[in-house]
Amino acid sequence: MTATTSKASGSVLGAWFHRISLLRESPVGMVGAFIVVFWVVVAIFAPVLSPYDPNETHYDMLAFLHPSSQHWFGLDSSGRDMLSRIIWGSRTVLIVAPLAVGVAYLVGCSLGLLAGYYIGWVDVLMSRITNIILSIPPIVLFIIIITLFGPSVINLIIAFTLIAAPQIARLVRGITLELRERDFVAAAKMRGEGSLYIMVVEILPNARGPLIVDLCLRTGYTIIQIGVLGFLGLGLPPPTPDWGGMVNQGYAQLFSYPHMSIFPCIAISSLVIGFNFLADGMREISLRD
Amino acid sequence: MATPVLELDNVRISYFTRAGEINVVPGISFALEQGEAIGLVGESGCGKSTVAFSIMNYLGGAGRITGGRILFEGRDMATMSPQDLRKIRGGKMAMVYQDPMSSLNPVLTIGKQLMEVPIIHRGAGEKEARERALQMLGEVNLPDPEAVFDRYPHQISGGQQQRVVIAMALMAEPSLLIMDEPTTGLDVTVEAAVLDLVRNLRRKHNSAIVFISHNLGTVVRICDRIGVMYSGELIEEGEIGNVFRNPRHPYTRGLLNCIPVLGSDKHSAPLVPIPGQVPPALNRPRGCIFAPRCEYVEIGRCTTDRIPTFAVPDEAAHRVQCVRSEELPRHRRPTGSVAAADAVMSNEPVLEVDSMKKFYHQTSGMFGARGYDVKACNDITMDATRGMTLAIVGESGCGKSTFAKVLTGLELATDGTVKLESVDIGMTAVEKRPREIKRKLQMVFQNPDSTLNPSHSVGYTVGRTIRRLKRIGGSKLRQQTRDLMATVQLPPDFVSRKPRQLSGGQKQRVAIARALAGDPDLIVADEPVSALDVSVQAAIINLLLEIQSGRQATLVFISHDLSVVRYLADRVAVMYLGRIVEFGTVEEVFSPPYHPYTEALLSAVPVADPDLQQKRIVLEGSIPSPTNVPLGCPFSTRCPRHLGEICDNVPPPERSDANGHRILCHIPLEELAQVEPVFQRPNAAE
Amino acid sequence: MLRFFAKRLLDLLITMVAVSVIIFLLLEFTPGDVAQKILGPFATKEQVAILTEELGLNRPVWIRYFEWVGQLLTGDLGFSTTFKVPVNDIIWDRLGSTLRLAAIAFLIMVPLSTVLGVLAGMREGGKLDRSISVLSIATTSIPEFASGVFLATIFVILLGWLPGTSTLSTAGGWPIWTQYVLPVTVVLLYYVGYLVRMVRASMVEVMTRPYIRTAILKGLDFRAVIWKHAFRNAMITPVTVFLLQINFLITSLVVVEIVFAYPGFGRMILEAALAKDYAVIEAGALIAVFIAVSTQVVGDLGYMILNPRIRFK
Repeated sequence: MTATTSKASGSVLGAWFHRISLLRESPVGMVGAFIVVFWVVVAIFAPVLSPYDPNETHYDMLAFLHPSSQHWFGLDSSGRDMLSRIIWGSRTVLIVAPLAVGVAYLVGCSLGLLAGYYIGWVDVLMSRITNIILSIPPIVLFIIIITLFGPSVINLIIAFTLIAAPQIARLVRGITLELRERDFVAAAKMRGEGSLYIMVVEILPNARGPLIVDLCLRTGYTIIQIGVLGFLGLGLPPPTPDWGGMVNQGYAQLFSYPHMSIFPCIAISSLVIGFNFLADGMREISLRD
Repeated sequence: MATPVLELDNVRISYFTRAGEINVVPGISFALEQGEAIGLVGESGCGKSTVAFSIMNYLGGAGRITGGRILFEGRDMATMSPQDLRKIRGGKMAMVYQDPMSSLNPVLTIGKQLMEVPIIHRGAGEKEARERALQMLGEVNLPDPEAVFDRYPHQISGGQQQRVVIAMALMAEPSLLIMDEPTTGLDVTVEAAVLDLVRNLRRKHNSAIVFISHNLGTVVRICDRIGVMYSGELIEEGEIGNVFRNPRHPYTRGLLNCIPVLGSDKHSAPLVPIPGQVPPALNRPRGCIFAPRCEYVEIGRCTTDRIPTFAVPDEAAHRVQCVRSEELPRHRRPTGSVAAADAVMSNEPVLEVDSMKKFYHQTSGMFGARGYDVKACNDITMDATRGMTLAIVGESGCGKSTFAKVLTGLELATDGTVKLESVDIGMTAVEKRPREIKRKLQMVFQNPDSTLNPSHSVGYTVGRTIRRLKRIGGSKLRQQTRDLMATVQLPPDFVSRKPRQLSGGQKQRVAIARALAGDPDLIVADEPVSALDVSVQAAIINLLLEIQSGRQATLVFISHDLSVVRYLADRVAVMYLGRIVEFGTVEEVFSPPYHPYTEALLSAVPVADPDLQQKRIVLEGSIPSPTNVPLGCPFSTRCPRHLGEICDNVPPPERSDANGHRILCHIPLEELAQVEPVFQRPNAAE
Repeated sequence: MLRFFAKRLLDLLITMVAVSVIIFLLLEFTPGDVAQKILGPFATKEQVAILTEELGLNRPVWIRYFEWVGQLLTGDLGFSTTFKVPVNDIIWDRLGSTLRLAAIAFLIMVPLSTVLGVLAGMREGGKLDRSISVLSIATTSIPEFASGVFLATIFVILLGWLPGTSTLSTAGGWPIWTQYVLPVTVVLLYYVGYLVRMVRASMVEVMTRPYIRTAILKGLDFRAVIWKHAFRNAMITPVTVFLLQINFLITSLVVVEIVFAYPGFGRMILEAALAKDYAVIEAGALIAVFIAVSTQVVGDLGYMILNPRIRFK
């Protein structure tokens, strides 16, 4: 049993610690957590860890771009240190992905709660809109939005939200539809609680299990998407160190300089594996409660 | 003597989890002869289902038999090869399950599922299997076996599904039939019909039966012998009559004292709950497992060694696991009145419902062109005064829960009035009701698992309700929260607990505390005890009575359980298909003149008293869908006293006597009064 | 049944109309003048004015929308400014090659993920389950471009067994079928993992159902329990997901198409988008959405066939 205090904040923190301590029992989840923590630490201490300025061109080394004792991961085609770029690249991806997922969650949860709680025409309207957006293939939407509005963090987040929010809304709506029929919601109405209170305080906290799992999966998926956009040349504008963009630049030289593509590919794959393993562990735990 | 069909010899069963070994059954022994039926009873978690599945040698991934032997027709199930085991399962030993809907494969037709059994066990061909399946469907009294054969499980009713499962079990003429709560979840009249069927088939097929149930009444209907289980042990076993007339184990006695029996009520025979809780399997006490809760406990003798089994003198095959069994006085049900039962009822009306209707409009076709009404509540008229317990009984779909929803404002009445202390609230949604009304009318819900928000602590739930309904805060709020916890008999430190840390009964206590937060005048309780074990149920019923008399509140008690209603109600409304078919004081409703439906309902209740004679009236068919209510009397399609066309086509008149006892029937009251009472106690017994 | 499909077809129509409006407006209201966007940044003011007049761009938006729809309905998809041919001349060819790649991938993907998912899900927590699960999580976590890089490094650069590009021409000396191996493998790695997990989850869920217990206690052997009782129930949810993959595949193949220089539909849209070739974007997007919505209808049909609870209400 956790030490639960009657204060809401205390119990939320307590619940989180409880959840994390449970993760010990899922080896896969532990591996995932370890990888994610590793990259978060790398991102936080990027200035300390990276041996060079990620955007500095090492003119003296342009003739020899391969990994060496000075440049462990080699140099890219512009003569910039790959290791430093990968380290700084973790910052980019770990800022943009959670931010995008966060905004999408804010929008998706609100819409899902409204549709699931009020049902009726609100729900019909939202389901219609959701279905239409979901029928447009995500990659097409990305391509159109980014090429038309230009690559920037804001546009990326808007595009992600447009694609992910309907999916999150659908998930939250389903859970809300089920929870709104529970007796504790009726009891809350009977003591005179308003709709906002019921949605946010009575319903939402009970949706956290599936939402946390989805959050981890979605973060991993978003990292892939950011990488794909970078690879397609639709990523963040240079010189921002971006793993997908690095592959985009290096891929043409795969035959002569495989390290330019392979290292960023390993970086992005490991981070996504981390999030997905973590999600699997979380799911395993949530099934046990 | 021939080899018994089944013999359990000191069987020990454990589940293996991350927390280690959990020994659910420390050691159980009993034997069963051909054609004999034993009922295993006990409260949830006592291990009765585990024993049932261990007999089939099917305990899932985590369970294992860790000691003793299970002999089926003399052969040890544990050492059998998988091929032999498969031959026995479904062939010589078959099972009927608790939830028939989920026990049948939803994507296969009923016929296909039945045909599998003869194909596996008798090597039958398609045609032969089909014939056998149709024959069995007929034998379990399913109307039109050919049609049922081609249906999918979701297309037939719950009672029919259970008949199909029984047919499947009997397909290969097994010598042992295991029934795990086969009627739990079915309506009383359907349950009675299924029990009748089992009784008849038993005679015909001569199978031995292990009948698992939490309901002692159903066991009385089916079995010759009864075994009472407590925390994994068989603490008393014997012939039904012996165990009920002369229970030797204190737990058996406690159990019997918890069960309301039709014919007694809060004024004559109080329910006495067993104190304390069942110990967790990980932490069983040494010595007698019941000792911590036993009123006859003798420290030392009862609390040191495991208790052996003793034979009860002069009674064949009556065994009991109690060292003091011979010293105990003969069991007598407690008599007298519960203090709380004598609450003063005033004449001040609290609730007046007049011609209330609740229709749901269903649309169909494109753009809802065609529509029809579902008459969930139709023409409901009743009233309750201060301090009164008004019970509403009926089977599922009769509209009793809809009635509760209208009272509480979660649904709106379509027509008529619902007055709370002279204020009409029938058309006011709960969101629009003034705080004062919300304070006065609160509700206790049915399902303990859904009544409390799993994310909120008990203290938050109760405190928040007090704050919203009374607008107080600070130390006064904390004080009142503590007081309420005391009122519902929960320790004060429970305020910091989350619902998952509470048992079902404790959750229901919290729910009652929440309902009491605003000092209500009217409490609506929708099946508040139906999900609870009998001993917990008794405690909650007593609690409700105490609170009601202490606070002079009116209680609207909605239930399908006639025994409970008989025990605690002052007035009773019997509902069928949205109509009140009978209304009166509890004595009036439970004795002639009866509405034919009330009569059938009473005759269907399984009663845990083998000496009480009960008339059996078999109801054919199932309750019609509320979308398709008969033109005349709602009960006309199933009524055993059906007069003729008048019942089908003319709405029946409401016949009432001078005291206000109303019956909705074409048959005159005088004639209905001539009917023989459903229950009769032969004088010889007492 | 018929009414259901009439309703779904109506839905399909509404969605198509809505999407066409969205796409039209999106292209209409992006920053910059349409004529300017078409002509590029170096066009003179006069050129822009002439084109505006020529295209009728100074007329109200809704009139132009209906004109555009009218053209589409007559089969005129417009002229591609990047590929310098009518859109009709390029789009079907590209769609065809993408469909070919998608079909090969799909035909391998479905049985493979079904078998692996059922094997993993029939005994939850067993060794087989753990290995299949972990492996499938890992493969779905690797972006397609990354697995493309890894596989190309091994099979093209180090071993030289396969071609690094799949241009569908035999000029490089590689037979056509070899050019499909790597793209298909990359697609499979990414999608199969996800589908295996779907099938497994569904299977695990079904295996806990009481009717499986009924089947076992009837005396059926484990194989019969799995195939006769569990399998069909377990496939109800995944079938819809399988069909949804068709629509994801057709557009998401863009990554694989770029990695292996495969002349496909997604790559065409990307190239058109980068060059602001509106006719191709519009036509491509509408076709993609049409395929997406139709597969949904087919998915519903599959769901209904497998689930009698929906079929007989």
